[in-house]
Amino acid sequence: MSDSRHARITNAATILAALVLISTSVNAAEHAATQASTTPASNSAFHPPSEQEIPNNAFGKMVKRGEDLFVNTQQLRGKYVGNGLNCANCHIDRGRLANSAPMWAAWVHYPAYRGKNHMVNTMAERIQGCFRYSENGAPPPANGDVIKALETYFYWLAKGAPVGAKMKGRGYPKLSKAAEKPDFARGKQVFKAHCAICHGDNGHGTKQHGKYVFPPLWGKDSYNWGAGMHRVNTAAAFIHANMPLGKPNSLSEQQAWDVAAYVNSHERPQDPRFKGNVAQTKAKYHKHDCRYGNRVDGVTLGRKSYPNPLAHR
Amino acid sequence: MGNSSKLRLLSLAIILALPTAAGAATGKTIAASGNGRGAAPCSSCHGADGSGNAAAGYPRLAGLSQAYLVKQLHDFADGRRNNAVMQPMAKALSKQEINSVASYYSKLKSNSADKSKEQAPPALGKQLVLRGDWDKKIPACVQCHGPGARGAGSHFPALAGQYAGYIETQLEAWKSGQRSNDPDGLMKAVAERLSSKQIKAAAAYLQSLPSHLPSHSK
Ligand code: HEC
Ligand code: HEC
Ligand code: HEC
Ligand code: HEC
Repeated sequence: MSDSRHARITNAATILAALVLISTSVNAAEHAATQASTTPASNSAFHPPSEQEIPNNAFGKMVKRGEDLFVNTQQLRGKYVGNGLNCANCHIDRGRLANSAPMWAAWVHYPAYRGKNHMVNTMAERIQGCFRYSENGAPPPANGDVIKALETYFYWLAKGAPVGAKMKGRGYPKLSKAAEKPDFARGKQVFKAHCAICHGDNGHGTKQHGKYVFPPLWGKDSYNWGAGMHRVNTAAAFIHANMPLGKPNSLSEQQAWDVAAYVNSHERPQDPRFKGNVAQTKAKYHKHDCRYGNRVDGVTLGRKSYPNPLAHR
Repeated sequence: MGNSSKLRLLSLAIILALPTAAGAATGKTIAASGNGRGAAPCSSCHGADGSGNAAAGYPRLAGLSQAYLVKQLHDFADGRRNNAVMQPMAKALSKQEINSVASYYSKLKSNSADKSKEQAPPALGKQLVLRGDWDKKIPACVQCHGPGARGAGSHFPALAGQYAGYIETQLEAWKSGQRSNDPDGLMKAVAERLSSKQIKAAAAYLQSLPSHLPSHSK
């Protein structure tokens, strides 16, 4: 090859590379602009690896097992799960979605101190808590198969995330304080108009072939009075960012507050820390934004709570 | 009890029994021969077994839930769903006839699903139907349309085994605003975010899914 020809080719290659650079940066700018205009809050920098990237080896098998447990937690019903929920019902898109308490953001934050039990919690202990409260079940052993698989899945999701860093998209984005006190009656209207079609008029969910397609929001198959979701502020944040399914951020913040108060003013499984007295349990464990122990519609919430089917374990 | 009152009871029983007996017959009759007052025989377009006609764009009705079919017929009749062919026919049906013809089709099983199995369904379609595209806030279709896309509750119709062409038309209709009869804008919100490429891929995959399990069984 002559030198001049070589130079021409290199030149062409440089121009091509420059063009590619320009077009990708334009694309990136466009992408950022559309994201910013629709949802500033979900503009998260981190992307977990795609499912197709799970390696085809023993490690990959464990990742898949963890993913399967996370999505179909009902396979542990009666063993560690006492209600009708899967982890992915509250951690949407298999624990991948920003602003839906994604697992990649959680992974890099443990061990962490938790006010809930006044001690440093490992990830294993955090997961055990989810089984006890959100799944109204019993904690799987910390060194057992279930926790191992879930931890492997979370670790894989967090590939490349900086340990201990503040991850954008962690948890559910907090709402500003409700302009008007969250209201049961207004919440009921929101529920009828935007939720009942899926979660049922009675909030008990919708089943198909014996399995929930739309999970229960209260009643014996839902999360218990000790779960994070029973707090009105937490539920309002989750609902605003994620519900109605397919229409995130479509409710006003006030509507989210009202419907969260309505949902969490119904009976559900008892707080596992309950020792026979609602007022005492309320005083000891419910110094936060919730309706446990309150009189709503003429009944004191917590008095007629459902028992934990796995309480003997 | 006197004879006359016995007779009255008997005729009452017959009258009470009539609507159901006649209703069942009516559904089948309307499907086969129309109602004689403006509704053409449904089977002439939707097929003798309710499996529709892919080439002509007539959707499969067999196995769709009764509640969904009833809603669509009322939506056509009241103008909430636009279609020049179906609107006049739905208007010509009485409420009772709508219920019975819907009941009839909801119980039919059609066998057309296997025909469409020849082509390998696209991976993109499978991904969208089973996982969604959450970067664009699109849930998986099966999250609303039920496991296997065989329908969920009475509001979310089965899509498994439906013709790809029909699915595409409906999704494009939502995008353009031509169809807007979905409850609380739930389907519109999803359709709006789908690219035409995604619509084609999802439709092809959905068509390839078996529809034989009736959507309404519990
Ligand atoms: C189109 C159907 C649909 C609508 C409408 C809908 N949801 Fe949901 N909801 C779901 C599905 C499906 C899930 C589970 C998500 C998953 O597994 O990916 C869910 C999960 C939830 C959860 C967490 C799981 C649980 O059972 O507690 C809450 C809370 C919730 N929804 C509240 C609401 C509220 C409040 C509304 C109305 C503002 C609403 N949803 C409207 C389908 C819907
Ligand atoms: C009823 C809804 C619900 C279910 C079901 C549920 N969770 Fe959670 N989870 C929550 C809430 C609420 C939080 C607290 C999020 C916050 O306050 O930001 C949380 C937090 C977490 C965290 C910590 C997140 C962080 O960033 O620190 C982990 C880990 C977790 N859940 C795992 C699981 C696992 C594993 C399961 C299934 C065994 C599960 N969850 C089931 C609602 C739920
Ligand atoms: C001349 C042909 C033709 C006849 C006859 C006909 N249909 Fe249709 N039908 C159509 C077409 C075309 C569509 C699709 C409309 C659209 O694109 O929105 C349709 C759609 C429908 C739908 C909506 C299906 C869905 O999945 O949403 C129902 C229900 C229906 N027809 C019922 C009937 C009934 C009942 C009869 C008999 C009384 C009937 N049709 C007769 C052509 C016909
Ligand atoms: C948030 C819930 C939701 C999700 C997610 C969803 N749909 Fe739907 N879809 C609906 C509802 C509700 C209807 C019924 C509208 C009506 O009553 O007319 C519907 C109807 C349809 C129809 C018309 C069926 C017929 O027989 O006319 C098609 C086609 C469809 N959806 C395709 C899809 C596809 C493809 C996806 C995934 C990309 C999807 N849907 C995801 C809620 C949803």
